[in-house]
Amino acid sequence: MDKSLIVSPSPHVHGRQTTARLMSDVVVALLPVLAVSTWVFGPGVLWVTGTAVGCCVVFEYLIQRFLLRGPLTVNNWSAVVTGMLLAFNLPASIPLWMVAVGALVAIGVGKMTFGGLGKNPFNPALVGRVFMLLSFPVAMTTFPEVADAATGATPLSAMKGALASGMTVPEAMRMFDYRALLVGFKSGSFGEVPALVLLLGFAWLLVRRVITWHIPVYVLGTMALFTGILWGVDPERYMSPLFHLLTGGALLGAIFMATDYVTSPMTGRGMLLYGMGIGIITVLIRLWGQYPEGMSFAILIMNAFVPLIDKYVKPRRFGAVGKAKA
Amino acid sequence: MLKTFPIGGIHPSESKISRECPIQDLPLPATVTIPLSQHIGTPAEALVVKGQRVRTGELIGKSTGFVSSNIHSSVTGVVTAVESYLDPSGVRRPGVTIAVEPDQWAEGIDVGDAIVRECTLSPAEIVAKVAAAGVVGMGGATFPTHVKLSVPAGRKAEFLLINGVECEPYLTDDYRVMLERGEELLIGIRILARALGAERVMVGIENNKPEAVASLRQLAEATGGGVEIVPLKVRYPQGSEKHLIAALTGRQVPSGGLPIDVGAIVQNVGTALAVYDAVQKNKPLIERVVTVTGRSLARQANLRVRIGTSVSALLDYCGGLPADTGKVIAGGPMMGRAMANLDAPVVKGMSSVLVMPESLSRRLPQEQCIRCGKCVSVCPMGLEPYLLAKVSQKALWEEAEAHHAPDCIECGSCSWQCPSALPLLDYIRLGKAEVIRMVRSRKSR
Repeated sequence: MDKSLIVSPSPHVHGRQTTARLMSDVVVALLPVLAVSTWVFGPGVLWVTGTAVGCCVVFEYLIQRFLLRGPLTVNNWSAVVTGMLLAFNLPASIPLWMVAVGALVAIGVGKMTFGGLGKNPFNPALVGRVFMLLSFPVAMTTFPEVADAATGATPLSAMKGALASGMTVPEAMRMFDYRALLVGFKSGSFGEVPALVLLLGFAWLLVRRVITWHIPVYVLGTMALFTGILWGVDPERYMSPLFHLLTGGALLGAIFMATDYVTSPMTGRGMLLYGMGIGIITVLIRLWGQYPEGMSFAILIMNAFVPLIDKYVKPRRFGAVGKAKA
Repeated sequence: MLKTFPIGGIHPSESKISRECPIQDLPLPATVTIPLSQHIGTPAEALVVKGQRVRTGELIGKSTGFVSSNIHSSVTGVVTAVESYLDPSGVRRPGVTIAVEPDQWAEGIDVGDAIVRECTLSPAEIVAKVAAAGVVGMGGATFPTHVKLSVPAGRKAEFLLINGVECEPYLTDDYRVMLERGEELLIGIRILARALGAERVMVGIENNKPEAVASLRQLAEATGGGVEIVPLKVRYPQGSEKHLIAALTGRQVPSGGLPIDVGAIVQNVGTALAVYDAVQKNKPLIERVVTVTGRSLARQANLRVRIGTSVSALLDYCGGLPADTGKVIAGGPMMGRAMANLDAPVVKGMSSVLVMPESLSRRLPQEQCIRCGKCVSVCPMGLEPYLLAKVSQKALWEEAEAHHAPDCIECGSCSWQCPSALPLLDYIRLGKAEVIRMVRSRKSR
């Protein structure tokens, strides 16, 4: 034998779908959203996104390099995804220093305190966003006006205000145009706006096998079912399921935030519980809570249940005999 | 909708680059080394001594129990050693080395090309001939075939399922057998069905081999029917016994159980052909088809090789080992074994010799688990690979048992899929072995 061969246990091939590839696919899925938002809301979108992404990457690098002193994994694109998702949850008019603070909280508190990617219990972008919502309530809920929209408030908050002032839903609905909700001409955080583009991103994630359909469908399906029942009972008081799905970041949250690998369950049945939880909590907050929008809180609340779900909800086993172990 | 198994699975690049290469006979080598253990069970006992002349097909190793198998000389020549040889991993094992001369076949073996169609033997006679010929499972498991054909009392083999799936990337030996030896194969299959008294006979073939499906289907109908050719969705690890049964019958072998528990017996295509040879031609298992492949190799081939021929002889025939070779695998890239010693002989269970260039021979760098859950979704046994790997890493064997580590079939789908390139299967294998040992010692107490 003149040649030394490499010997290792099987398998000898790898699918080559690495973390960096998965994360960069998420970035690609978000690019059309960014483009359409820029078109609708102007270049402020690019400034906010650039700041959020830049800060997330730099903060992650600095923390890994100087605080954790472990391996540098900032090149796996996950900080870029966090930055983009954080930005997409902000109004385009927000001061950039606030964005930087949000990025620091997202990466520093939301992700790196727990040990970095894979260890964080809560979605880092949402940790940053909720921190900003509580710290800068005015800047976070002041949205730039859009040509076709009736008001600078988001559809959900406008609706909440209208209902509180005694209007019925059909009266209030005259403020909105469903076509606008679909293609983006409404007021809001810039990532939650163009519904069709978000669905395009969803399609890309499915084609590239980054995520499966389960969580988005469970979240949106639960929301549709819950709001649909209420709407069927009293259409004067409750908005239609379609209105709920097309507003307030429901699609952005269900497709891009609830599906975050680290903070979602591992098994199909776990995903069902988790998705239903998010859908129910979102609707509860929207209809009876203080805030007009509840997706961010719903996802964070369900994130907290993920370790419990993973402990008790097991996959369907091949050839399981007798009572399946709980 | 094509049939397939119920949960998990992956679709690695098929890479069947040797699929158009007809089966060729490898010229006789100068020496062969025939291992005395090429099967699961007890090794055979040598019947020859140094200096003895043997003829092709002569018994040289005698089965030493029910779960054991006969070993025959694959060549004519003089025994030069009955001692140990180095196996593919470089471990010493007992074997018989023979200096090769031109073939003189042992008495009673039909070496003609004529196809023998008639078989009127009783099941017991068939099983006896299969056992005498040293036939073992040729898909890689090498379980003695006569044991599988001896259905325990009170059980019934409703289904005889023939495994023509070949779900491992690169492998094409079964495909070529199905295309080129279809008629003999079908006779072998019907003999197996006769031995088992099976009610339904199905051949499962993945749908990336439509030529094999069409050709076998036409041959099966032309020769009296009774054998269903079932195309299956392309999905790894469909060639796993449990998964083929699930794909074809919808039945799941219970955890810890055997195929016969759901009324099924599975035999590989190569095994069915060996059964034909054994029963109809009195020819023991002394050769097999081996796919020799790899993108860097000068020539791809499907070679009919005498058992005991060194792997390096196969590689030499295909243009020699390329300079950039990093790894040589006996079997497929998903479940095959990386070889350390290329002088090791071809054995009954070796379906392929796969050459990988250096650039593809090393694992990707490990990263941290990102909890993506992809290992859970691809596991065809419905296990949680990330969890099994974690508890095995921490030597928590009770936890590994509670999460069904022994159910793992070691298909490698989890490691293949893991975006962080974690060696999930390495840890799970460890956990599985420890749990099995733990359970065994608990029982013996």
